[in-house]
Amino acid sequence: MCLGIPAKVVEIKEQEALVEVAGLKQKIRLDFVPEVKVGDYVIVHAGFGISIFEESEAQETLKLLREADVIP
Amino acid sequence: MSSLESGEILKRIRGMGVSARFMEVCGTHTVSIARSGLKKLLPDSVKLISGPGCPVCVTSQEDIDYAVALARQPGVIVATFGDMVRVPGTETSLLEARASGGRVEVLYSPMDSLSLARENPKEEVVFLAVGFETTAPLIARTVQIVRAEGIPNLSFLVLHKLIPPAMRALLTRKEVQLDGFILPGHVCAVLGSRPFLFLKEEFHLPGVITGFEPEDVLLALFMLLKQKREDRAEVEIQYRRAVKPEGNIQALKTMEEVFEPQEANWRGLGVIPNSGLGLREPYSGFDTRRRFPLNITGSREYPECRCGEVLRGVISPRECPLFGKACTPDSPVGPCMVSSEGSCAASYHYEERP
Repeated sequence: MCLGIPAKVVEIKEQEALVEVAGLKQKIRLDFVPEVKVGDYVIVHAGFGISIFEESEAQETLKLLREADVIP
Repeated sequence: MSSLESGEILKRIRGMGVSARFMEVCGTHTVSIARSGLKKLLPDSVKLISGPGCPVCVTSQEDIDYAVALARQPGVIVATFGDMVRVPGTETSLLEARASGGRVEVLYSPMDSLSLARENPKEEVVFLAVGFETTAPLIARTVQIVRAEGIPNLSFLVLHKLIPPAMRALLTRKEVQLDGFILPGHVCAVLGSRPFLFLKEEFHLPGVITGFEPEDVLLALFMLLKQKREDRAEVEIQYRRAVKPEGNIQALKTMEEVFEPQEANWRGLGVIPNSGLGLREPYSGFDTRRRFPLNITGSREYPECRCGEVLRGVISPRECPLFGKACTPDSPVGPCMVSSEGSCAASYHYEERP
C-alpha cells in the first residue's frame, strides 16, 4: 500500500500535479504538499502527495555513516 | 548507498556481537526484508520479526463480513483498494460476492469514488477506508470534498487503524520479547517521530524511522543495535529524505478535523482503545454504518488459520500448519496470505524453507 517510489513533478495546476515515475504519468493531489515545485520529487500514496523527497537528504546516509564511524 | 557501503554496515553489524530482536510494523518493510533476503545475511544473534503492519490483514472478520453484506445489498456499490476484495470473510470474500451479482469496484485513489458516485446516481457507493496513518489523511480530505460538493450517494466505512496504540498493546501483553522497532517510514512521514516517544518513556526501547530500500533497513538495524549497546532508547530518523520530526502538519490537521480516535477491533489483537478512527459530528452523515445499520452475527475466522499469531509476531508464517499447503496466495485462507504486504505472502514468495 505504501510504495516508496518518489515521483517527479512535471506540471502543477492549482491543487493538482502531473507526476512521472518510471516513464508513466499520473495525476496527484497536492493538499498535503502545497509547497511543492516543478522538478521536485514527491512520495505518492493513493493519488495524493504525502511528502516531498529531499534529494539533499540523500546525503543523510553518508552523514549517518560517518557519525556512526562506519566509513571514514 | 552503494553495495560496498552495505557490505561495510553488514560487517559492522556482525562485528558488534549484540543479540537483539527487532520488530517491523509496516507491510512494505516486511516485503523489502523478505525480497532482499536480508535475514539470511544477518548474524544469528539479530532476529527480525513482523508485526501488525498490513492494514488489510488487521481488519477484523466482522468488518469483512459487514463489507460483504453491503455488497449483497441491492443498489449498493462497494469500492475499495485492491487487496481487500480477496480477503475471505466467514462465508465469502468481496470478490466472490461480486461473482454472485454484487457490485464491487477496486479503486486506486479514494478520490475516484467521487466519479463512481456521480456516474451511478441511483446507487449508493460505499468506500471501504482501510489503512494506517499514511492513508487516513487522504480519506479525511476526500470526505471533506464529498461534503463540500454535496454528493449524496457516497459514504465511508472507516476501518482505519493507528500504529502506536497497537505497538503499545503488543508490548503490554509481553507475548514477544523485543529490543526495539523498525518504525514505518511513510506512517512517520505523516505522524513524525513524537507519537513514538512512548517507546522510550514507557518501555525504554529504541525505534528507528526507516526507509524502504534494503540499505535503509540495514542502516536502521545498525542504529538500533548501536542504541542497544549503549543502553539508549531514542526515536531516531534514518529516513530523513522523506520524514520530518514534526511529520506532515497539513495532513495531521486534516485528519484531526475529520476523524476522532475511537476503539477498534484488530484481527489478532482484539479491541484496543483509541486505536481506530471515527468520523466527527459534521461528517457523520457520511458514515456507512449510519446509512446501513446491518446486524452481522456469526463471524468467525477459519479455525486453523493462525494469522492472528503471525500478526502479533508470536509465530512466523511457516510455523502455521496451513502455510503452503491449504493456504497459498492463489487460494488463501487468511488475509496474511492474501495481501501482497502480508507476512505469509511475503514469506511464500521470497523466502526459502529454513
